[in-house]
Amino acid sequence: MPGADKETELSERIEAFLSELKRCGSGAGSLRGSAETARETTSLLRRITAQARWSNAGDLMEIIRKEGRRMTAGQPSETTVGNMVRRVLKIIREEYARSRGSTEEADQQESLHKLLTSGGSSEDNFRQHFTHLKANVIEAINELLTELEGTTDNISMQALEHIHSNEVIMTIGRSRTVEAFLKDAARKRKFHVIVAECAPFCQGHEMATSLSKEDIETTVIPDAAIFAVMSRVNKVIIGTQTVLANGGLRAVNGTHTLALAAKHHSTPLIVCAPMFKLSPQWDSALQELVLRSFCFLLPGEILSKVNAHCPVFDYVPPELITLFISNIGGNAPSYIYRLMSELYHPEDHEL
Amino acid sequence: RLPEHVQVDDPAALKKLAKKLERQQVPLRSDYGYKVSLFSHLHQYSRKSPPTLQISIPATVIHPSIVRLGLQYSQGIIAGSNARSVALLHTFKQVIQDYSTPPNEELSRDLVNKLSPYISFLSQCRPLSASMGNAIKYIKKEISNIPSQCKEEEAKGKLQACIDSYINEKIILASEAISKYAIEKISDGDVILVYVWIHSERKFRVIVVDSRPRLEGREALRRLVKKGIRCTYVLISALSYILPEVSKVFLGAHALLANGYVMSRVGTSQIALVAKAYNVPVLVCCETYKFCERVQTDSFVSNELDDPDDLIVTRNGKSHLENWQTVKSLGLLNLVYDVTPPDFVDLVITDLGMIPCTSVPVVLRVKNVDQ
Repeated sequence: MPGADKETELSERIEAFLSELKRCGSGAGSLRGSAETARETTSLLRRITAQARWSNAGDLMEIIRKEGRRMTAGQPSETTVGNMVRRVLKIIREEYARSRGSTEEADQQESLHKLLTSGGSSEDNFRQHFTHLKANVIEAINELLTELEGTTDNISMQALEHIHSNEVIMTIGRSRTVEAFLKDAARKRKFHVIVAECAPFCQGHEMATSLSKEDIETTVIPDAAIFAVMSRVNKVIIGTQTVLANGGLRAVNGTHTLALAAKHHSTPLIVCAPMFKLSPQWDSALQELVLRSFCFLLPGEILSKVNAHCPVFDYVPPELITLFISNIGGNAPSYIYRLMSELYHPEDHEL
Repeated sequence: RLPEHVQVDDPAALKKLAKKLERQQVPLRSDYGYKVSLFSHLHQYSRKSPPTLQISIPATVIHPSIVRLGLQYSQGIIAGSNARSVALLHTFKQVIQDYSTPPNEELSRDLVNKLSPYISFLSQCRPLSASMGNAIKYIKKEISNIPSQCKEEEAKGKLQACIDSYINEKIILASEAISKYAIEKISDGDVILVYVWIHSERKFRVIVVDSRPRLEGREALRRLVKKGIRCTYVLISALSYILPEVSKVFLGAHALLANGYVMSRVGTSQIALVAKAYNVPVLVCCETYKFCERVQTDSFVSNELDDPDDLIVTRNGKSHLENWQTVKSLGLLNLVYDVTPPDFVDLVITDLGMIPCTSVPVVLRVKNVDQ
């Protein structure tokens, strides 16, 4: 039966995606960038919308929430998956509201007024059936996909506004966004880049070779020399894994030290992060530790008697950050909370 | 007068050095690899081409134990300012032992002249550290103070005794005194973070911070584990993760400068910075023979560049930087030292007691008055 085939095919795809997430998470370093993960998640959600059985918006949201919970449980540190699920849920809410005729924006702006006057919960339980809802939602998801595909280009387009000639720029580790950003600026201007290698995985080496191939003057330094050379650096430009709701970052380990050194020398710290990295969740207990990497650093008989720690991420507080550059432009860290309320609905923060 | 090893970008200074080395019959070591432009005034040598390659065997001008010492320096077999100074002094004892005054010459003048090419050779192998500079100054002073009526055997014996007492007082006993003072500062149940080696015994937990490419923390870890102290090991990038549970930070120093800056292994200033941000006390342990009259405010003007090939590493079977020489715009920077500003350091523990960073010129003045 065609319906059952479609369903099994759909669940197969979901399973494949989940196992891919788990596999990437357990490998050393990320085998795929967050942009790719975001695109794949969104395509999968579009497929679910198209092929799953649902009759009204409430059902669809339940299905997507359920799948979203499974996907985030597969790899909790990859927050883009959860972010995309929340974006799609917001799309569904908006399309539903538009089909009903009421405008969602008015509700948002007068939320305080609503709190005082309405008192009870809204009677919006998404049970009304609309024939064109499916088509509208799928079209909106397609728009989201187009936006995702253009994020890196949108960010790189702003490069020349922030980099002048003969600058010394410092970065850490490997970020595809920052790489594209710097390469775009290098087409018109000459500047110098210092890359901190970010032990023990040393992703900085890959970044440096890739930048130097575009004729950018690059220098690789070990992590210990970050403060020593910071006095000659004009700007620090970094990427991040997640942008948190308070404007802080969850970035690769060593970033907090870099941010403190930049603060000490009053060097601006610029974060290039597309909007799909913005996450309303803060899991302070989640701190991935990777112990495997120490096998090649310490001999076995010592390793068995000591505690070796190798955290993957650092938390950087918003006071140390100067500017966020995203696909919708530049923002101060104090504005991030507002951007977040435009992207996600408060009821979706907890999936 | 500016030392030679920070004038590499000056062709006149290089010519003068080449002439001097030729006169002394010491080989000139050539720089290796592309140097980052900010550091064009410093040498950058490769470990694969030691200066001993260019010496004929047997060396006529340079004493063989000096050749051996130079090789040990350039290959990194002897590292750390205390170890280097002690090795230097022991080698000088050997040199003095084998020395014989030529006729019509005075020991006090001739021996000093004999030592000059040795010192040039050693600085070609690896630039001299502040502690080695102080030790050499002391020896030269002792030699020139030998009275002319003194017989050769007696003079040699006196010099050997001087060197022994210098090593004993300034290095060995000094570290014991420092340990005693440091122990007072450690309470039971403390969690200590160390970046270099220090020895003592009380119930505490130690966190050893290590950094690429030298990974010297592994040696400290080994010794601590042997003593049965509970240890944790992290790389320097995990500093923000581990600092909230640390009660004190102990750092070693390579030299203490007259303006209160601490010159030490690269990464030390970073640890002090992050410790300050978390309000953790930072204590520096340094013997007084490492105090020097130079002043410095940043890590650029006077530093040492280590072999850039040390940064190359293989991960997942790939080493991205393997052919860095072929890529025109790529440079590797392997700094050895950095300077920590005095406002990051809370206390300096020396063999004379516990002093603040800014009291270094006071100690230097007192030492000069003594001498």
